Amino acid sequence: MPKTEEEKGFVDIVDSRYKPKGVFHIIEANQPIYNKDTGKLAGVTNPRDMTYIHTYGGEAIFFESLGKGRLMASRCDNEKCETKGSVYEPFRIFCPDCLRKNTVVDITEKAQKTAKIHSFIITHRSGAFNTLPKPIKFINVEFDEEVVTILMSVLVVGEPEMGKIVVPIFRTKSPTYTIMDLMFVVEGTTESELPEGFTF
Amino acid sequence: MIKFSDKQLKIPKLMRPVYLATVGMSKFDRAFPETRIEELCIDALTAAADFVNMTPSELKKYIHTCYYGHFADHFGDQLLGEAVIHDRLGLDPLGNIGVKTGGATGGSAMWEAVKAVASGYSDCALALGWERMDEVPTDEGNHLISCAADKDWETPLGHIYTGYYAVMAQRYWKIFGKEEDSFRNTMAEVAVKNRGYARMNPHAQGPMKITVEDVINSPIVAYPLRVLDCCLMSVGSACGIVCDEKTAYEITDKPLRIYIAAGSHTLRVADRRDMKIPLLPNEKPNQYDDLGKRFPGGNRYPGFTGFLAARMSAYYAYNMSGVVDPTEDLDLVELHDAFTISDIQTYEDIGIRPYGEGRDYIESGDAYVINPHTKKPGKLPSNPCGGLIGCMHAVGATGLMQIAEIGYHIWNRWDEIHEPEEKWKAFGREKPKDWTNLQVKGAKRGLAISHAGVGSHVTCTILMDPNNLIKED
Ligand SMILES: [Zn+2]
Repeated sequence: MPKTEEEKGFVDIVDSRYKPKGVFHIIEANQPIYNKDTGKLAGVTNPRDMTYIHTYGGEAIFFESLGKGRLMASRCDNEKCETKGSVYEPFRIFCPDCLRKNTVVDITEKAQKTAKIHSFIITHRSGAFNTLPKPIKFINVEFDEEVVTILMSVLVVGEPEMGKIVVPIFRTKSPTYTIMDLMFVVEGTTESELPEGFTF
Repeated sequence: MIKFSDKQLKIPKLMRPVYLATVGMSKFDRAFPETRIEELCIDALTAAADFVNMTPSELKKYIHTCYYGHFADHFGDQLLGEAVIHDRLGLDPLGNIGVKTGGATGGSAMWEAVKAVASGYSDCALALGWERMDEVPTDEGNHLISCAADKDWETPLGHIYTGYYAVMAQRYWKIFGKEEDSFRNTMAEVAVKNRGYARMNPHAQGPMKITVEDVINSPIVAYPLRVLDCCLMSVGSACGIVCDEKTAYEITDKPLRIYIAAGSHTLRVADRRDMKIPLLPNEKPNQYDDLGKRFPGGNRYPGFTGFLAARMSAYYAYNMSGVVDPTEDLDLVELHDAFTISDIQTYEDIGIRPYGEGRDYIESGDAYVINPHTKKPGKLPSNPCGGLIGCMHAVGATGLMQIAEIGYHIWNRWDEIHEPEEKWKAFGREKPKDWTNLQVKGAKRGLAISHAGVGSHVTCTILMDPNNLIKED
């Protein structure tokens, strides 16, 4: 059953400290586990409901930008770095080679023009807490050659195929502030075909 | 393009020879609703003592430090689970440490134990691993496994690890498998072989007498992978004890030499950057210059089609032990067959076949105990225990089970572990009427690969009969 507003946990940061309010866990009694054949006790259930408080740190800009319809990446601009100019998506706060802080770059237009499917998989399986409709079409997205990595995401309109051009879409209405605010659709998809809450 | 420095490519050196003195393992199963994990760990250590005709307390007197492989604390809902096991094994007050490297945890625990002995810190070290994945419902289990992916960038996408993994299979399937029915059949043959071998193993959880058609008609998990292409999810324990030369010969008159090395690569497949293929001793410079021509799209390395961590672990271990060509120099291998297709990818990563030609290892019959085409012994049998597909994948124990299995063959005692009627009965399993001894005849050298997830950690262990070393010390 979904939690009511009173049952949810919220957190703000005030004076550099977390200020939680609301409910962060609900206590539920454990139950015995019996072997039906022998009638003997084997163990107990241990129910637990918890909410974690998680910081994005230097990646926060990436997750915040998704809700604004922007795809942010990062680039090493260190003159002395042997891989200078490499753009990272997934966003890396630091360059993996020189460990200098990367420059935040907006690659929304680049993604709209150059994103294509490197690999993909379609699966009807999911784990607990999944909110994606099934089957899930996982895609790995490559951009132009400046971007040296291959982003994992999901395709929500169209069928995946290696080399197919795709376009990013963003959950700009009621964002979740997670990677779930970024998805892809095949080239030529119209605004009306996008899932609820998403825009180009 | 990333490059490695000479210092990073240094061949690892053990300060003194290390020997595997004994090994043991428990029964493996999907669930043990009435057995605590320490009961299975005690079974494994007791089996190791039995194997060298000692009581557990006699064997324990040799142990100086302990390296425990247990991956997923959140499955067992117990932090410091290593301390629980250590206490139940009665090994206090010895120093011990927990090792966690995903699917490679068992191999990594052994990596640590070997280094402890090689350095002189310990003369005898225990590597023992276990896993229990049956204490949550399957969908929550899938979520817990998906926590081994990046929690911000991957896990929220379906909470299903297979999805993050199978994209690599898809890419390999299309580029190197060329989506051919014949390649699909070869993948299926891996599953048929390993499940068939598991039938001869009383410890194994997934024995099946199946055909290529059965695999191809099994339900799709994530195309091209089907249910019978995938490994098991298991509970169980396995261990190995390593020593310096003097101590090893006090425990047994037939210890085996052990070499082990490790490699790594990005947790997220997404972060893999392009690089030159690091070469193994049996490969030539420029050998892969035309790889992208022969397999369009196959020019990016490791891209999604190779496991750099496996390649690096083999690079270090082969050079350390003197192996030049694994097919010529070794007698059998235990590979991490998490999926049929990743098994084939690994043949290439560790140089059993060149990149792009992994399928030939199965198709030639070399990977079988008895080559199905020639009816003669296969050149380099792989996974006669059934592997992860047929025997088990109790994560922290898997790599140690594989090392144990290689050991049984080189010790020429495979039948002793897998044949006894009493063991089949005690495990509540029916011994097949056509039970066959899979002992690889005359085995002197073998290899085990322990591999984590999308390839974040891999260890390569090489065992040799001490009278059949390749490289002088
Ligand atoms: Zn840099």
